[in-house]
Amino acid sequence: MSVIYDKSVPGRRGVRLPRSDVPGHTAIPEPYRRRSALNLCELSELDVVRHFTALSRKNFGVDTGFYPLGSCTMKYNPKFTEKIAQLDGFSSLHPLLPQLRRGGMLTQGALAVLYELESMLCEICGMDAFTLHPMAGAHGELTGMMIIAAYHHDKENNKTEVLIPDESHGTNPSSAAIAGYSTRPVPTNRKTGVLDLEALKDMIGDQTAAVMLTNPNTLGIFNAQIREIADLAHKHDALLYYDGANLNAILGKFRPGDGDFDVVHVNLHKTFGTPHGGGGPGAGPVGVKKHLVDFLPISRVVKRSDGTHALDYDYPKSIGYIAPFYGNFSVCLKAYAYILNLGAEGLSQVAENAVLNANYAMHCLKDDFEVPCLRTCMHEFVISASRQAENGIRALDIAKALIDRGFHPPTVYFPLIVKESMMVEPTETESKETLDAFVGAMKDIARQSRESSESFAGAPQSTPVGRLDETRAARQMDFAYALSGA
Amino acid sequence: MTPNDRKYSTTHEWVKVDGELAVVGISDHAQEALGDITFLELPKAGTSVEKGTECGVIESVKAASDIYSPIGGEIAEANDALENAPEQVNQSPYDTGWLFKVKGIDHAEIDALMSADDYETFLKEQE
Amino acid sequence: MSFIPHTPAQQKQMLDICGVKDIDALFADIPEGLRPKSFNIPAGRSELEVHASLENLAGQNYSHLVRFVGAGFYDHFIPAAVDAIASRSEFYTAYTPYQPELSQGTLQAIYEYQTAMCRLTGMEVANASLYDGGTALYEACQMAVHATGRTRIVIDGGVNPIYRKMIHSYTANLSLDLCEVGVSHGQSDRKKLFDAIDEQTAAVLVQNPNFFGVIDDHSDIAKRCHDLGILAVQSVYPVAMALLKPPGDMDIDIATGEGQSLGIPLSFGGPYLGFMATKKKFVRKMPGRLVGRTVDSAGREGFVLTLQAREQHIRREKATSNICTNEALCALRAHAYLSLVGEQGIKEVAQLCLDKARYAKERFKSIPGVEVMEASPTFNEFTLRLPMDAGEFAGRMIERGFAAGFPLGRYYPGMENYLLMAVTEKRSKHDIGRMAEALEDALCQ
Repeated sequence: MSVIYDKSVPGRRGVRLPRSDVPGHTAIPEPYRRRSALNLCELSELDVVRHFTALSRKNFGVDTGFYPLGSCTMKYNPKFTEKIAQLDGFSSLHPLLPQLRRGGMLTQGALAVLYELESMLCEICGMDAFTLHPMAGAHGELTGMMIIAAYHHDKENNKTEVLIPDESHGTNPSSAAIAGYSTRPVPTNRKTGVLDLEALKDMIGDQTAAVMLTNPNTLGIFNAQIREIADLAHKHDALLYYDGANLNAILGKFRPGDGDFDVVHVNLHKTFGTPHGGGGPGAGPVGVKKHLVDFLPISRVVKRSDGTHALDYDYPKSIGYIAPFYGNFSVCLKAYAYILNLGAEGLSQVAENAVLNANYAMHCLKDDFEVPCLRTCMHEFVISASRQAENGIRALDIAKALIDRGFHPPTVYFPLIVKESMMVEPTETESKETLDAFVGAMKDIARQSRESSESFAGAPQSTPVGRLDETRAARQMDFAYALSGA
Repeated sequence: MTPNDRKYSTTHEWVKVDGELAVVGISDHAQEALGDITFLELPKAGTSVEKGTECGVIESVKAASDIYSPIGGEIAEANDALENAPEQVNQSPYDTGWLFKVKGIDHAEIDALMSADDYETFLKEQE
Repeated sequence: MSFIPHTPAQQKQMLDICGVKDIDALFADIPEGLRPKSFNIPAGRSELEVHASLENLAGQNYSHLVRFVGAGFYDHFIPAAVDAIASRSEFYTAYTPYQPELSQGTLQAIYEYQTAMCRLTGMEVANASLYDGGTALYEACQMAVHATGRTRIVIDGGVNPIYRKMIHSYTANLSLDLCEVGVSHGQSDRKKLFDAIDEQTAAVLVQNPNFFGVIDDHSDIAKRCHDLGILAVQSVYPVAMALLKPPGDMDIDIATGEGQSLGIPLSFGGPYLGFMATKKKFVRKMPGRLVGRTVDSAGREGFVLTLQAREQHIRREKATSNICTNEALCALRAHAYLSLVGEQGIKEVAQLCLDKARYAKERFKSIPGVEVMEASPTFNEFTLRLPMDAGEFAGRMIERGFAAGFPLGRYYPGMENYLLMAVTEKRSKHDIGRMAEALEDALCQ
């Protein structure tokens, strides 16, 4: 399909702007004026709408089909929350309004949403305070690490290192490094599938600023030794960080705060049903315990004794501004609506059925695929294509074969500690019929790998393009469409 | 076949003495593990390197790996031809795909590295 | 209400396959002592009830004030087709395009967006998006530090003060040296900037138009930077680029900015769109995702995420940035907006902003006691000096139905009587006239 710039017709107009109703035409003086051509599209509105509609049809979303992408929680995104986010009272609200004198009273509805969502996240996670400012999960991690650094700085602790399990998401070591810490991987016990506590004991010391964990971890296993880990960390005045990527598994069943975690981030676009948008926007609110409240970013939303809400900037120990305003407000708004809709019982059912779906699918697949940690899993599980690899069929081939059967593949080659790994997260919104169809496809692929491994080479065939030449992309470096004739 | 006219490190580099200089590259196993190499950042001539320290980066489509200098010394020359032809490292890791040359070398340091046979045994143990 | 499809009978069947008697058994790994001490979330409410309650909250927000407040975040017209396009759920319910065969829609859209941002800024390569204009500017600092191996960042006082505060926060635990330099007649003060540069300087940060709405040509600053091996970084207002000399024509090394003005609603602060564009020679130091064009095995053209070895999921602690989820759907909106208004439309938007702002200046200037700062040319934003505290004045204007502007005293000590005002194509001549009357009235109060 040709790129939009090739469809451009010189002189064609799309959306019209009003004529100027003020006198005069102002010219930008030299040397500030643009001399070079813009070369943007010249298309009719219908041309543009058709172009994007055609593009959308080359995309696969949760609304298209089953999307069991491990660690990503691709659940159904309720439509009513989209409608709420489009209410003019929210979508047209200028973020500087509450910063104008008496302006706070004019944004009470929006401030109430922020305050109430923070309170609910505190209760869901067992934390004492939340900030909604971080704009994605990794941004939450960085914010959390900055809070940890501010805490140690305040106590004049000399900390240099963050310990992170080897199965962790790549953002964990990256966020810690960007906050100024060195990182060291803690090994996973291959038998139990959780962090090797003895190894942690050897590694932890007075130099340790924090231990970063996700629980359940990326193998989908819940670590019941979390209090021991917390005690060990706290003995060295290291803080325990909870990566909330897998919170969907434990809603109403375990709260990181009760497990003595000091800092958590949650991914609203995973656990609380807001859409991923093809890679964002998300939101990564951060929660802390009492001893870290002073370091949260500003502004903070407070509720006054008369029931009104206000922004408060008076936190001298705060890490300061990490976002221009109050975070990705409309994402927070959708998550708030989702929580109101589900309530306590609904949230617990989310975890229950997410875990049920994962265990069910794992049990159905265990005879055909290697399961490195065959025990009760939480909301996701990892299988390995190692058996299929003996016939030359790797995880990537299985992924492509699944595409031709109408499914989005699981996460492949992550976690890194399992060879040929495929990480499956069905989520609670998928029906038994869908899971059975997926299991059927996987079994069929396993059979095909034994009987006719050569048939995988051309997959996928049902898509607008086949396997793309990624080496060529990396070497050629064509990141922007060249002007014709250039 | 792993050429036995040179020595190997546990980080999968090879070292071949060539007169006053030592030539360094990565093993066939290493290039195979990385996949199609798309970019290299090599140390500049004149910089000094220490044994076992990072001195460059190799990127492939799906991976990135640090290059560790298997020996100490001063970089005499980097294989600048790889800038426009990184695939040479995949196609000819032991010959035209060499990475850099080191001068001021310590022969004892090179002798302490693995022989081709030892390296192959090492690879088997790693599996 | 949890969007769960299972019937009790199906749940039972599934539990049997798992070999457990009930759902609780699946949570046996969580010991009793770790169970929630409380879980006091209100009972669920229907869609109808939740909508009604949030509609009520939305109604408490005065989104209908006539807006002359900007400060980097502008009330521009958004064509309905932008919403229609971004509401295609094939786009918005997809994840990051890790499986390119199933994501050609998102990937091609991002490639086209990258192209649009390159053309708008005159730069060679743009990434797939960052969170917002402030984090984009901070990422540019990191990029310059890595590219040069130096540690000092010199920041022009015309850079949005919110962004400057963000950069201070992000670098607090790093060994970087930030140096802020005040403006002269609202423009970048060359002498002070050049005096602040030393051999440890990695980057100089400027903004165009700057926070006061003043336009500038930073070519001379870029040249001085290059003589000393420093990267010149410029934050820009994308709508203004239709008429202003773009960063590429000033030989700027990294251009960043806030893309909210390109079809993204104000939404009380987000989600917005951070953009970044640079020279091709710096592409491997650039943070964020990048889409490249290639072909499949049959020679068909297609798009993939590329140069991923820079990113956190491969390079982990050595990645150029920790960014993962970005603002893809906002980038899609920006691309749809630019495509819909097109080459002529974006120039008209910018011209309307410019003309209306000039008209507003003329109108307000005639009010006794009001002075318009006019030492340097501006785009659609300008500063008024009032005969009273601008914060108090803004409060009085709110009572009259106007978000009149942003009082500068909050970020610029000594400028308590100054108000920053923005005019977009959405403000009519009538609005400006009413604003002038209210202004005069509020001053007399």
